[in-house]
Amino acid sequence: MADDTSGPDPNSGSNGSLNGGADLPEGFPHASQLKQAGITSLADLHDLESLEDLAGIGPAYARDIQNALEESDVGAPAAEAANGASPEAATTEKRPSPLSEEESEAPVGGAATQQTTDIPEGPLEETVTYETYPADTYGHEEIGFADEEVLDLLRNMLLQRRFENRCRQMYQRQKISGFLHLYIGQEAVSTGSVNAIDLGEDSVITAYRDHGMGLAMGITPEEGMAELFGKEAGCSSGKGGSMHFFDAEKKMMGGHAIVGAHLPLGAGLAFAHKYRGDDNVCLCFFGDGAMHQGAFREACNLAGIYELPIVFVCENNQYAMGTAVDRAFSKPDLFKHGYNFDFPASLASGMDVFSVNKAVQDHVENYARNDQPSLLEVRTYRYQGHSITDPAEYRGEGELDQRQSQDAINRLQDYILERDLATEADMEGIDEAVKQRVKDAIDAANEASFPDEEAIYDDIYTQDDYPFIA
Amino acid sequence: MATLEFRTALREAMSEEMERDDDIFLIGEEVAEYDGAYKVSEGMLDRFGHDRVIDSPISELGFAGLGIGAAMNGLRPIVEFMTFNFSFVAFDQVINNAPNMRYMSGGQFEVPIVFRGPNGAAGQLGATHSNSTEALYSNIPGLKVVSPSVPDDGKGLLKTAIRDDDPVVFLESELMYGMKREVSEESDYTIPIGSARVAREGSDVTIVAHSKSYHIAMDAAEALGEQGYEAEVIDPRTIKPLDIETIVESVVKTNRLVVIDESTPFTSVASEITHQVQDRAFDYLDAPILRVTPPDTPAPYAPNLMDAYMPGVDETVDKCLRVLYAE
Repeated sequence: MADDTSGPDPNSGSNGSLNGGADLPEGFPHASQLKQAGITSLADLHDLESLEDLAGIGPAYARDIQNALEESDVGAPAAEAANGASPEAATTEKRPSPLSEEESEAPVGGAATQQTTDIPEGPLEETVTYETYPADTYGHEEIGFADEEVLDLLRNMLLQRRFENRCRQMYQRQKISGFLHLYIGQEAVSTGSVNAIDLGEDSVITAYRDHGMGLAMGITPEEGMAELFGKEAGCSSGKGGSMHFFDAEKKMMGGHAIVGAHLPLGAGLAFAHKYRGDDNVCLCFFGDGAMHQGAFREACNLAGIYELPIVFVCENNQYAMGTAVDRAFSKPDLFKHGYNFDFPASLASGMDVFSVNKAVQDHVENYARNDQPSLLEVRTYRYQGHSITDPAEYRGEGELDQRQSQDAINRLQDYILERDLATEADMEGIDEAVKQRVKDAIDAANEASFPDEEAIYDDIYTQDDYPFIA
Repeated sequence: MATLEFRTALREAMSEEMERDDDIFLIGEEVAEYDGAYKVSEGMLDRFGHDRVIDSPISELGFAGLGIGAAMNGLRPIVEFMTFNFSFVAFDQVINNAPNMRYMSGGQFEVPIVFRGPNGAAGQLGATHSNSTEALYSNIPGLKVVSPSVPDDGKGLLKTAIRDDDPVVFLESELMYGMKREVSEESDYTIPIGSARVAREGSDVTIVAHSKSYHIAMDAAEALGEQGYEAEVIDPRTIKPLDIETIVESVVKTNRLVVIDESTPFTSVASEITHQVQDRAFDYLDAPILRVTPPDTPAPYAPNLMDAYMPGVDETVDKCLRVLYAE
């Protein structure tokens, strides 16, 4: 770095310091948050009086950073320190196989097999640990949210719910056609996750139940509703519909409608982050049903061998269409499928936005930003049928009521009251404003224009007058 | 002009483009350490390193999809299928993800990716390893399909395909990788996608043929010449977009058309060319358009059956004589 004669850009952070201490070592925990707060070197960290005063650094992060800093002071590699010090670390290390020779006689070079055919005496035993993130475990401060941000979380979850309640109604009024898969009940997953990443830089890809994720990422209710109405002003110009919400600017890389087919795309998004060295990650969401597809296995394996910065997030909402998860899996604890790829894997409650947020923070910071793919299962529940036409008669008696009693929005409202962050009236006001926003979006979608008929030929190829389009 | 094997011309195209643009990488089975199953990528690992020449496990669905995701996120992947028979394992990715992304995102995402590898029968490999995929992939809006017949076109078109901002299916041939022909030494040699090549001029009958079939067409034209008929041979080079103007122009001159196509005949490339020509030049045709294709059967193994299965020079000459009413 010091011999770079082109001259470091003093504003560019990582190349800025010549003496004053090294840059943050590779793998230093929460480096991207630190960079956002203007901290680019160990020296900057030493100069700080209190880590917790930094914007975006909560106590949990501060603890990780402090530990890593202390380790780096005695010369230990920061990446190891970060993993070792994190109380949440699950199975972070590649498990050495007793069937691999540690010192192979095969020529070194990486291409030759290191595996032995000398089979040791059995039985072979190993211990695996999986972290969990139960509901009602985390307070907002400790995972880095200011008081007013908790109300933003509530507002965002309410927006998804009110938007989708109205979608239902608009479908019945035949304003919306095609398939309509509602996310109601799962809002803590989208809101919790999106608030754990660097929005617009990190990429997110999801399946066809995508309205909630889109709204959480900043697709406006106007853009979303217009898309569902098939209007040109929609987030995909009226060419995608319910299952294909996209927003390039936010790096919302799509709702994808073939079950499992977008998991390899997620691996590719992560591949590009790593190839460019941009320190960003991919969150790849999919349902429990997608895990049956070969694409899941292939994407995980490729992510593993190429060490891609990706978190595979299984939103287990209990049913793949009408098939209950425990009816369809020989191993229904879905997080344990991460074992097959040597992934750190954990299980979070999807009925508490803080649990989801904490889990995704850990998976992003501890693993993905260190080029270690991981698997997070989030247990959640969809209140509606698979699609709008599904009466969901496969549910058990009382099942829906029981699950709704754990509702994530109610839980957050209770938390807000308990912690005196707002009054009932304040929250009522938020809800009313959200409802009005959705109503305005419907009015706008009603008034918006359908695409010109010529648009059927647009955006097939980059060159818009391509010769065989006519 | 340099005399190069087809595989070398393709390697030069990839290497020149990778030198020019760091966002380009090559991924596929055995492309790196093994130096390419058919040695197309020989030496590229040493030249570009493991970050850009990447071995994949046997996981076509996975690495085809990975390529598409990487393309959506700003890179320009070259995905090698060891053969296009194996692209069927990745069919969903190639036909449902790559070509639809731009459209269904309202133009927000481009997928600049090349899927390349050998296509079509390559001797006695049996039915699963002898598929000709050009008709299948040409049926998909959003894909471009390129299928060169000589090394020079291979180099110029592959460079263009890599620079294209849309997904391109680039169909090569196992049996032609060792073919040596002259290749332009022009620096930065490119050939536009969608332009046919009139390989031989003639006024009596037009033969349209791509990839291996092109060489059958040229041999048939020689044989017809000995009988006093001058065949015009057109290599479309690109199946989609198809340079139908060049074909129609020739038919207007010769009034007769024979199409050779290694795809099985039902809904083949030959079917499409036949349709387009009758649509645009019906009044110029002096005979029905005939096709030379395999029969509508799986590819067999036994040598005599395989000989009977593949389009050949004799059959092409016969069909030309038929449209010339010269039998």
